[in-house]
Amino acid sequence: MSTDTHAAGAHDHHHADGHAHSTFSGYMLGFVLSVVLTAIPFWLVMSGALPSKQITALVIMAFAVVQIVVHMIYFLHMNTTSENGWSMMALIFTIVMVVIALSGSLWVMSHLNSNMMPIHQMSGMK
Amino acid sequence: MSPDLLKLIFGRLGFESLPLHEPIVVGTFAVVALGGAALLGGLTYFRLWGYLWREWFTTVDHKRIGIMYMILGIVMLLRGFADALMMRGQQMLAFGGSEGYLNAHHYDQVFTAHGVIMIFFVAMPLVTGLMNYVVPLQIGARDVSFPFLNNFSFWMTVGGAVLVMASLFIGEFARTGWLAYPPLSNIGYSPDVGVDYYIWALQVAGVGTTLSGINLICTIVKLRCPGMTMMKMPVFTWTSLCTNVLIVASFPVLTVVLALLSLDRYVGTNFFTNDFGGSPMMYVNLIWIWGHPEVYILVLPAFGIFSEVTSTFSGKRLFGYTSMVYATVVITILSYLVWLHHFFTMGSGASVNSFFGITTMIISIPTGAKMFNWLFTMYRGRIRYELPMMWTIAFMLTFVIGGMTGVLLAVPPADFVLHNSLFLIAHFHNVIIGGVVFGAFAGISYWFPKAFGFKLDPFWGKMSFWFWVTGFYLAFMPLYVLGLMGVTRRLRVFDDPSLQIWFVIAAIGAFLVLLGILSMLMQFAVSFLRREQLKDVTGDPWDARTLEWATSSPPPDYNFAFTPVVHDNDAWWDMKKHGYQRPLTGFRPIHMPSSTGTGIILAGLATAMGFGLIWYIWWLAAVCFAALLVVGIGHTFNYHRDFDIPAEDVIRTEDARTKLLAGAK
Amino acid sequence: MTVAVNPAQTGEPVFYLADEHPHPEGWSTSLGFWIYLMSDCLIFAILFATFGVLGGNYAAGPAPKDLFDLNLVAVNTSMLLLSSITYGFAMLTMQQNKVAQTQIWLAITGLFGLAFIGIELTEFAHMIHEGATPQRSAFLSAFFTLVGTHGLHVSCGLIWLVTLMVQVQKFGLIEANRRRLMCLSMFWHFLDVVWIGVFTFVYLLGVLR
Repeated sequence: MSTDTHAAGAHDHHHADGHAHSTFSGYMLGFVLSVVLTAIPFWLVMSGALPSKQITALVIMAFAVVQIVVHMIYFLHMNTTSENGWSMMALIFTIVMVVIALSGSLWVMSHLNSNMMPIHQMSGMK
Repeated sequence: MSPDLLKLIFGRLGFESLPLHEPIVVGTFAVVALGGAALLGGLTYFRLWGYLWREWFTTVDHKRIGIMYMILGIVMLLRGFADALMMRGQQMLAFGGSEGYLNAHHYDQVFTAHGVIMIFFVAMPLVTGLMNYVVPLQIGARDVSFPFLNNFSFWMTVGGAVLVMASLFIGEFARTGWLAYPPLSNIGYSPDVGVDYYIWALQVAGVGTTLSGINLICTIVKLRCPGMTMMKMPVFTWTSLCTNVLIVASFPVLTVVLALLSLDRYVGTNFFTNDFGGSPMMYVNLIWIWGHPEVYILVLPAFGIFSEVTSTFSGKRLFGYTSMVYATVVITILSYLVWLHHFFTMGSGASVNSFFGITTMIISIPTGAKMFNWLFTMYRGRIRYELPMMWTIAFMLTFVIGGMTGVLLAVPPADFVLHNSLFLIAHFHNVIIGGVVFGAFAGISYWFPKAFGFKLDPFWGKMSFWFWVTGFYLAFMPLYVLGLMGVTRRLRVFDDPSLQIWFVIAAIGAFLVLLGILSMLMQFAVSFLRREQLKDVTGDPWDARTLEWATSSPPPDYNFAFTPVVHDNDAWWDMKKHGYQRPLTGFRPIHMPSSTGTGIILAGLATAMGFGLIWYIWWLAAVCFAALLVVGIGHTFNYHRDFDIPAEDVIRTEDARTKLLAGAK
Repeated sequence: MTVAVNPAQTGEPVFYLADEHPHPEGWSTSLGFWIYLMSDCLIFAILFATFGVLGGNYAAGPAPKDLFDLNLVAVNTSMLLLSSITYGFAMLTMQQNKVAQTQIWLAITGLFGLAFIGIELTEFAHMIHEGATPQRSAFLSAFFTLVGTHGLHVSCGLIWLVTLMVQVQKFGLIEANRRRLMCLSMFWHFLDVVWIGVFTFVYLLGVLR
């Protein structure tokens, strides 16, 4: 956590624009990477190049994660110093929350479905 | 006029929507209408509208907005408590073949409205109001980060409250319980406007709450005065920070869940329906992902208040500041890992239930650590039993009982017995009244002199305190007993006559709480009349420790003539110890945000849009939506939102205080 | 017990700023907007969770394989990606203080955004025409809501973009407008990030299923 950034009497006003240092090469690199990282998963799924669906699924999910990181770095200019690290901390906290809510819901609901008969199967039985 | 045209203009609103067949509602309406007319007439007669509009409704001053939140909370407390009294009365009477005095249609609305109002429009405004008022002062700031947004957030909260109140007299409220579980809340089982009132009231208020959460996080992160590092922040500011983090991370979930429910109701999608693959249990799962953090949103600021009060009235630095901060942060994270304990009985199986049972039990550890910190702060302190401290002690005793019954409920097998019973009702009232309500009262009596410049009358305060505390125990201990005997919640009539005595005791308790509330209103009135005797000229009536007491009571618009510099925890105590001398010269103009009416206009439009959607008055909703866009975008064309308080004004204000302080010596 | 009038002792710590500079305008804006985006992120997370739980409940209706045209999704994805890079160019020209060029890049970004919305609406219309309405099954409810919410965000971004172009035209690249363009840039790129999740989890994994 940022502790001593507000030293007595000296307000540091230069952290506010941590986003302003974008460059042409940064954007282009990000763009090229994104195009590649988008094209490969599309190709994998459309051509069925990999032998099993499980592997394809895992690979395209990995590509998605990498591409999200690329966007974060090159387009959203995330780094550990902007806003004294508060942006990064907010992001990490949000990711934790997202993971909890997503995986928790999936876990809870799949257990429910295996223990209780899901409603849509019940109606299918009628 | 043709029925089609009528339907186009009024949607499903018609004369039959007015609950004229309910004598209780008609009576209430008469009283409210008369009271409202008297109030409006009085305001007009004394020509107060201009003053209210200029100084209060359009203000961006965090202090005034904080006070308005408190007023909203207390007014809605009266409504929510009236519902509680009606339920207690009904359950006391409906024995031995008696139907009581509330029919099922009305009774179901009463318990739903009670829950919704108490959580969203009493507890939330009281907590938000205190944070709004106190946090900027505690961190030595002049206002919040986004003052206009603050005003807008407040009026959105009011908008939600207006919709709930409107449901009492126009149409009806939901009959589903306070979380509106589907399939009951779906259009097939609740085809009338009740659930729509519920949805739009919470959506409108929820926008305000989320924005105010973002606002206060930024305020705490960006506007602390020089020297105030994170670990030198007052504990109340810390708990406020964590609460607002929880708000921002959980209210979006509520927004989505309610949006999906409204899609089910309005468009006919199948998220939470019984057929076409919908899953009502998904609603339960999602709404508790919001719902459990919500209770920590309410109680964390209360913990902060108790920390401030305990250390002030024990005359000691808070014991274990660091552990207090870490306990708060740990609770913040853990509160996201326990939501399933609200529906152990749903059938997710042993592994899921044990995981959430264990996380729930773990959360009692940091809470227990806090309890010991308060006890050790009091240990060997010079304790002054002023009103805020009395509420704090009552909290410590009551909350421990509530916490222990909570740990009991966290054991899944026990929960299978106690789920949905009055034991649960007793448990959560035990923690919410014992924690949040007592905390809000401690906060009100603690900071009242700061906000208004005079203390609250101690006699009526103590009356209120004793009525509340004894009333609370009489009202809720019987519910534990009844719950253990297997009585489920939300029942309207009873067969077993042996249960009646417990309901009678509970009703007596509720009556004592009523006396407590009346004493509190009396306390405000008496204190106002005796304001000269109760006056606080020092700005520091309790010999307190944090920065808000360094400025005058009430603080000037700009809070501090010079931004304070902090060197230690308990900044004001440190200043007093070092013989701080208040600066008397060198004042400068102070840059401040200017008032704006945009917030109240936008919120009014949003509320009207909600009303249109509730009653299917589509043209009204569309017009209001378009107007919202136009006004909102128009507002961004105003680039001049600040002004300078001239140095002469600052000098005049500060000189007046110098004279007061000299006179006080 | 007032301490305010004690004589000052030399060597005591300073307790107030005699020479104070107020925080510059917009001091909290970029952090505040970032936190708003994080809350928006949770909105999408819950929609993804809903799609994850209900996405397999076709209710004997059409499944992703029957509905999704990956070629169209690929075109749509490229629209959004292109709009991201053109917005980046707008930010670069803004840094060089070139009003006209900034406006041109913003306009191009807006056109790509519009194309994205157009293609998405075409896709929706096509599906609804085939009977795959949001009411047909829980899967379709979740699909339309998740993708539609993203589309709604892009539409809001377009309205915002036009507003900002008007404001830049009227008032130039003043500090406040730069800050607003910065916020919209975060918003726009954030929507791109969400779209990565959408095309991976909804479309690609859906077709794989």
